[in-house]
Amino acid sequence: MNARPSSSRVDTAFQASLVLAGLGVATVLAGVAWEVLSLSGEALSKGGIGFLTGTTWDPVAEEFGALPALYGTLVTSAVALLIAVPLGIGSAVFLSEMATSRVATVVGVLVDLLAAIPSVIYGLWGLFVLAPLLREHVQPAVQAAFGSLPIFAGPPLGVGYGTAGLLLAIMVIPVITSVSREVLRAVPDTQREAAYALGATPFEVIKGTVFPFARSGLVGAVVLGLGRALGETMAVTMVIGNRYDISASLFAPGYTLAAVIANEFAEAFSPRYLSALAGLAVVLLGTTLILNAGARLLVRRVKGAA
Amino acid sequence: MSLASILVPLPDRSPPPARRVVTAPPAAQDEPRVAKMVVDSLSAYYGRNAVLRNVSLPFVERTVTAIIGPSGCGKSTLVRCMNRMHEIIPGTSVTGRVLLDGRDVYGGHLDPIELRRRVGMVFQKPNPFPTMTVRDNVLAGWRLTGTKPPDADAVVEDALRRAALWDEVKDRLKAPGASLSGGQAQRLCIARALAVQPDVLLMDEPCSALDPIATARIEELIHELAPSVTIVIVTHNMQQAARVSENTAFLYMGELVEFGATAGLFTRPADPRTEDYITGRFG
Amino acid sequence: MRMDAAEPAVRLPASPRLRWRRFVNRAFRVAVFGAVIVVLAPLVAILGTVISRGAPALDWDFLTSLPKPVGETGGGVGHAILGTLILAFGGLLMAVPLGVPAGVFLASDRMPRLGGVVRMCADVLAGVPSIVVGLFAYTLLVLPFKHFSALAGAFALAVIMLPTIARTTEEVVRLVPSTLTEAALALGAPRWRVMLRVVLPSAGKGVAAGIIAAFSRGAGETAPLMFTAFGSQFLSLSPLQPIAALPLVLFNYAVSPYDDWYAQAWAAALVLAVLVLAGNVVARFAMARRSP
Repeated sequence: MNARPSSSRVDTAFQASLVLAGLGVATVLAGVAWEVLSLSGEALSKGGIGFLTGTTWDPVAEEFGALPALYGTLVTSAVALLIAVPLGIGSAVFLSEMATSRVATVVGVLVDLLAAIPSVIYGLWGLFVLAPLLREHVQPAVQAAFGSLPIFAGPPLGVGYGTAGLLLAIMVIPVITSVSREVLRAVPDTQREAAYALGATPFEVIKGTVFPFARSGLVGAVVLGLGRALGETMAVTMVIGNRYDISASLFAPGYTLAAVIANEFAEAFSPRYLSALAGLAVVLLGTTLILNAGARLLVRRVKGAA
Repeated sequence: MSLASILVPLPDRSPPPARRVVTAPPAAQDEPRVAKMVVDSLSAYYGRNAVLRNVSLPFVERTVTAIIGPSGCGKSTLVRCMNRMHEIIPGTSVTGRVLLDGRDVYGGHLDPIELRRRVGMVFQKPNPFPTMTVRDNVLAGWRLTGTKPPDADAVVEDALRRAALWDEVKDRLKAPGASLSGGQAQRLCIARALAVQPDVLLMDEPCSALDPIATARIEELIHELAPSVTIVIVTHNMQQAARVSENTAFLYMGELVEFGATAGLFTRPADPRTEDYITGRFG
Repeated sequence: MRMDAAEPAVRLPASPRLRWRRFVNRAFRVAVFGAVIVVLAPLVAILGTVISRGAPALDWDFLTSLPKPVGETGGGVGHAILGTLILAFGGLLMAVPLGVPAGVFLASDRMPRLGGVVRMCADVLAGVPSIVVGLFAYTLLVLPFKHFSALAGAFALAVIMLPTIARTTEEVVRLVPSTLTEAALALGAPRWRVMLRVVLPSAGKGVAAGIIAAFSRGAGETAPLMFTAFGSQFLSLSPLQPIAALPLVLFNYAVSPYDDWYAQAWAAALVLAVLVLAGNVVARFAMARRSP
């Protein structure tokens, strides 16, 4: 027993306040989920599954269907991952397996800077540099080559699913790169040496032992990137084209869950309208919560195993 | 056996036909023996820091050579230079020659990835591939390099038998490589190295992470393998060196202090430093 | 590879298989190197454009004055710079008192199971889309009072900053050698005193780095402010009134139909980028110093 009970009481109070702070963090997360869910209650209960499958978004008639926004979110994220996964994991391989430590430090800092640029600046650049570039040079060229494919149909507007996906790719690459790099670093060198000693080339070492060892963590990195892509708001809002519609063409304008909320929330005039927007947020939040929790577990598994 | 009787094939000699395989029955000690590998004036560096200085040593074919010395003396670096594993660490360099069948492995005639198939390696800590099954671990040398042995089952069984592991794992070849005990895992690593039919097996303190029983098992295995493979074993355990090896080299601070028949080196060391080390005065 | 003419008879010809493996290896290296170039190219492109288009419109007047009505030239974003600083500091004021002790709790490992849950919550919170955080702040602090406010904006930023602060604090507190804490505890110092007098001071730089990183992340956020701080054309210091923020101004100007505003948007982007990236770099240096 402590000889100075007063000090031990302070200790207990100190520990209790730390625990409370920890619980506070958990409470904030629970609060976010609870508030958004309760605000959306009306739209979700009245709309039911129709809220997810409906394609009309008419605030005046109070008819709310989330499908076009959900579709836009999924398509842009898919395009983003298609581009970002090979580039992001490739860069991580460079950083952890090939670069000297000085080069790796410099490139790592640059990648982190890319992650730190505010998304509204990405949006600005996307709107005034990337979109015109795509409209005037890339999209016509793609159409000339593959114009018959429905995913490249329609007039080249510069804004749309494809542009948003490309911009998202640039934004999620740093996430995928830095998490993958951590995961690859957690692969013990003894694994690499074992493979080298059997006469494997560096590529065979990476493909045959490093990747399998790190697999679940790499999946986690990709899923974290996906989480960022799904929830990204400003940049997408600025280049998606903001048309509430479903199109097969990547050149067509569309909408995403986050973009609808961003554009319409401040002027939502009725409780029903507000509730429908909160419903979109619930869909978004639910998806990202599950993805993030799962991804963290996967990453932790690799880092714990090493 | 005296050192003078070791035939060191010279590099300009056409090695494979000249090499006479001498299976060494204990009685035939005076017959000339062929050096499978020769380290010649080898220095190795981390950056500008020399960890090995001008080491020259022969490794007699189909015998066990032990390399002993206090930690940090360069024994691991020495074997890592012999299959060019030293150079996978950035900033390292090597000067001098390492001959395999009389030809310098740094000379450019042999890609390191081929060299490493002929000169296998077993590490301090057992490092089976956890994502592969026992069977796939044995075949890893083939699989990783994208090749297939003519008869995979036979290769697996032969390698595991030579590593004295077959009876213990023959019923769980599909189990994950990480499911074996430490001693078994190390023998699996030996089987993995043997499966690609190396001429030389480098063992870098293969027992340092194992308990005494598992250690005894590995030492027994080294004896069994000696007639078919040239073995180089790094150990900080002098008793182990005395038990398993025919020749012993004593390294101290990156330099070769003494090399000779194990029995002689341990009973009548020529150099006072060797004597200090084997009598436990330092290290 | 050195071709050695003196040893032709025994020189092993590289088998087609080996040549193929070497080729694949080299192709892989080239591909990976190319990936890095492609990944870094947008960084150069974006920062280059922000500087080249933002710098011409940037002057002292732009940094200090208020916006002029449409049609009049000139005007600046002084109100928004001040607003962003107020919002970000306000956010820190709320996030630090919760985040730092939460990080200390996570590092203490005294309740591993609860710690695991809290850590997971912090990580997941970091992944919550920022627009959803804005919605949360809206329902909590805007809806009940029926108007937008700086307070709500700062609260939203605090929620975004919280996980960064908690996790960085945990990380740096863990790096304090346990010998140091044990030495202090062995002297009979109570745990709380050890924490406040020994652990936090020696982890201080790292904690500060985490706070700066959180600040710069918060300062760059737009989405959570859209329906909390809302934005304003005026210089406002009241916590209960809407307030301008640099990212909001940037967004509104960028989607406006006026050429003059586009130029101002680029200048605002330059100011914002400097603010955010400088914070990031400072944090990184503080972190790098911390480790022995």
